[in-house]
Amino acid sequence: MTGIMDTALGAPSFRHGVHPREHKEDTRGLAIRQFPFAPMLIMPLRQHLGAPAVPVVRVGQEVARGETIARPDGFMSVAMHAPASGVVRRIELAPTISGDMVESVFIEPLPADTQEVDDGEPCRLDNATPEQIMTAIQNAGIVGLGGAAFPTHAKLRFPDDKHVDTLIINGVECEPYLTTDHRVMLEQSADVIAGIRYLVKATSAVRTIIAVEANKPDAVTALSAALPDDLPVDVTVLKVKYPQGAEKILIKALLKREVPQGGLPIDVGVICTNVATTAEIGRLLPRGRGIQERVITIAGPGVEKKGNYLIPIGTPVRFALEACGADPDITRVFMGGPMMGPAVSNLDIPVTKGTSGILAFTVHETAAIVERKVYACIHCARCVESCPVFLNPSHLGLLAKNEQYEQMADDHSLYDCFECGACNYVCPSHIPLVQYFRLAKKMVRKLRATH
Amino acid sequence: MLNFEYQIAVFTRWCISRIGDRPMLVAVVTLGGLTFLIATALVVAQSRLRVDEDPRIEPVYELLPHTDCGACGYPGCRAFAEALAAAEVPPGKCTVGTEEEKQAIADILSVDVGNVEKVVARLACAGGANVARMHAFYEGLDSCRGAALVAGGGKGCFWGCLGYGDCEAVCDVDAIIMSQDKLPVVIEDLCTACGDCVDACPKDLFTLHPVSHRLWVACKNLEFGDPILADCEVACTACAKCAKDATGGLINMQDNLAVVDYTRSHDQRHAIDRCPTGAIVWFDKDQGPQKGPAARKVFRTSVRHVAPT
Repeated sequence: MTGIMDTALGAPSFRHGVHPREHKEDTRGLAIRQFPFAPMLIMPLRQHLGAPAVPVVRVGQEVARGETIARPDGFMSVAMHAPASGVVRRIELAPTISGDMVESVFIEPLPADTQEVDDGEPCRLDNATPEQIMTAIQNAGIVGLGGAAFPTHAKLRFPDDKHVDTLIINGVECEPYLTTDHRVMLEQSADVIAGIRYLVKATSAVRTIIAVEANKPDAVTALSAALPDDLPVDVTVLKVKYPQGAEKILIKALLKREVPQGGLPIDVGVICTNVATTAEIGRLLPRGRGIQERVITIAGPGVEKKGNYLIPIGTPVRFALEACGADPDITRVFMGGPMMGPAVSNLDIPVTKGTSGILAFTVHETAAIVERKVYACIHCARCVESCPVFLNPSHLGLLAKNEQYEQMADDHSLYDCFECGACNYVCPSHIPLVQYFRLAKKMVRKLRATH
Repeated sequence: MLNFEYQIAVFTRWCISRIGDRPMLVAVVTLGGLTFLIATALVVAQSRLRVDEDPRIEPVYELLPHTDCGACGYPGCRAFAEALAAAEVPPGKCTVGTEEEKQAIADILSVDVGNVEKVVARLACAGGANVARMHAFYEGLDSCRGAALVAGGGKGCFWGCLGYGDCEAVCDVDAIIMSQDKLPVVIEDLCTACGDCVDACPKDLFTLHPVSHRLWVACKNLEFGDPILADCEVACTACAKCAKDATGGLINMQDNLAVVDYTRSHDQRHAIDRCPTGAIVWFDKDQGPQKGPAARKVFRTSVRHVAPT
């Protein structure tokens, strides 16, 4: 313990950023538990970035838990698997957290089923080629479980003129409230290591760094104990700071390499995957299974039975909250962390692969937020000092207010903003900066598409 | 020869010696000379580089409404006036000016006014606050575009009008007003079909249509069947009665929504008669959108009771 704290004092980190209250104490000690099946599971065919998957089941068909229900449509797409043994009731549009209506497969779980998962064609580490590993990852439906849901196999496939020297396993989990990655590192450290073996083989990376923030000393101990002798893997402890878990920020903190504007980590010889994604690779590939459930944190003051749950993909938020004993006074529900997670506009929205948490807040916490007024920018520059990518949110906010969206993109690097919300968090005038930036990005895309 | 050069040198030296103690004279001579030179250049340019502009452009431009709305397809009234003088378009293409003004322009240019039909913006939603319910209350930037970013905006019907009035704000000619049910109403007489509201709406509910397109599906919901009625009482439930009633394949069901094919004969008011919800309407010249007799009546004028779920 003391050793970890000593390292943390001189630990790598990045400049700027904020220190929101962690609120992790409620759930960090709770072991992962299996979540019950909802009466209807909704599987949107687009849970990842890229093209929607193509359903391979029809209405009325019985599916077994873990069976492939949709195949990837092209390279930027992944497969989908049945979260429960049941019957496909409908294939139609359903609301998703992205705000779009997405074609979805509605599966009604059979109540009297054993819900056993069948193993498929395994992808063995010793005789699989890198190409086979990537295909297996795509067919297992694995995407970045940290929140962005970027298809993992697409990350691993890079042009021949690039090379990878470092593989970063991201176990930072800097968002308040969330403890999913923390629990995964504690309970599934062997799977994480197995996943690293697959990733190293697929990318031929020279070394691997598992990045953990200093507020998870038990995870560091667990991982250090599981480290293999035959593979150059290190666990690095970072200072606690938000948004350290953002890919590009983490690379800067660990390796002092800066990913170029508009570039990818591969441009500086790095591939970065989430620790839960790595654990899924290590767990699913040897069994030939697909992602049909994931670990999420259900927490917040509006939830009675807070905890870390292994929840079937497609569980509607309403069922998840009811099963956890939601407070009748809940007013605000977020999917993901409170800093970056979008507010839920409809409780029928299902949990998808990119959902790392469900947070519910009651009227007692949100009343003050609703009451507060938005004031004019006083140019205090607190947002400038918090921005991890060194933008000027104050100036960008003013431009957005005056609808000068193209200028924001052309002269002020709007697209470097990854919407971490640090500027919003520190703004004393309560200006909804991130919402302005999201709007600006959307408007610029629209303008460029039409002209 | 040498003598001549010598004389010039002597003259120059004399000039310098004469003006050396007269700075005022230097100033006057220099500026006077420059003025003369530039004036000469301008006179030459005026006669040699002159571009003959069509003399009709100016009076035509004066008769145009000067709104620079762009509805004619040209970047502003000046460009439109130039296009008019070049006989590229008929004066009737201007959707803002009055008939008299257009006739006056046609007289100047001695062309036909051109029978271009008036085009207006039509809203494909009738789900005001009295008939449609919200799933969540939105707080943040007071605009539809801002609300649409937060998981769609919280309206029960994903496709429906969010009602924060971005279209009203962008309309330069005040042709859109928000009704008490938070639904934009287009005033046909004022609408210039500039298309600003079409761009502003995050749900893409506005489209530009000639006023003769009286048969109108005021809904964009693509969900099948009655479940949508829980969220909006005037939604299209894809019952396809209008498609059966209209003749000549006028109305087709596409993705669970009635779609009118305006290339066919569309003067068929009877198509709205059996619509159970009133999602398909007839735009009457004087009375505005009219529902069919079978449509469920909406008497509620206050906000529909909502419980966020």
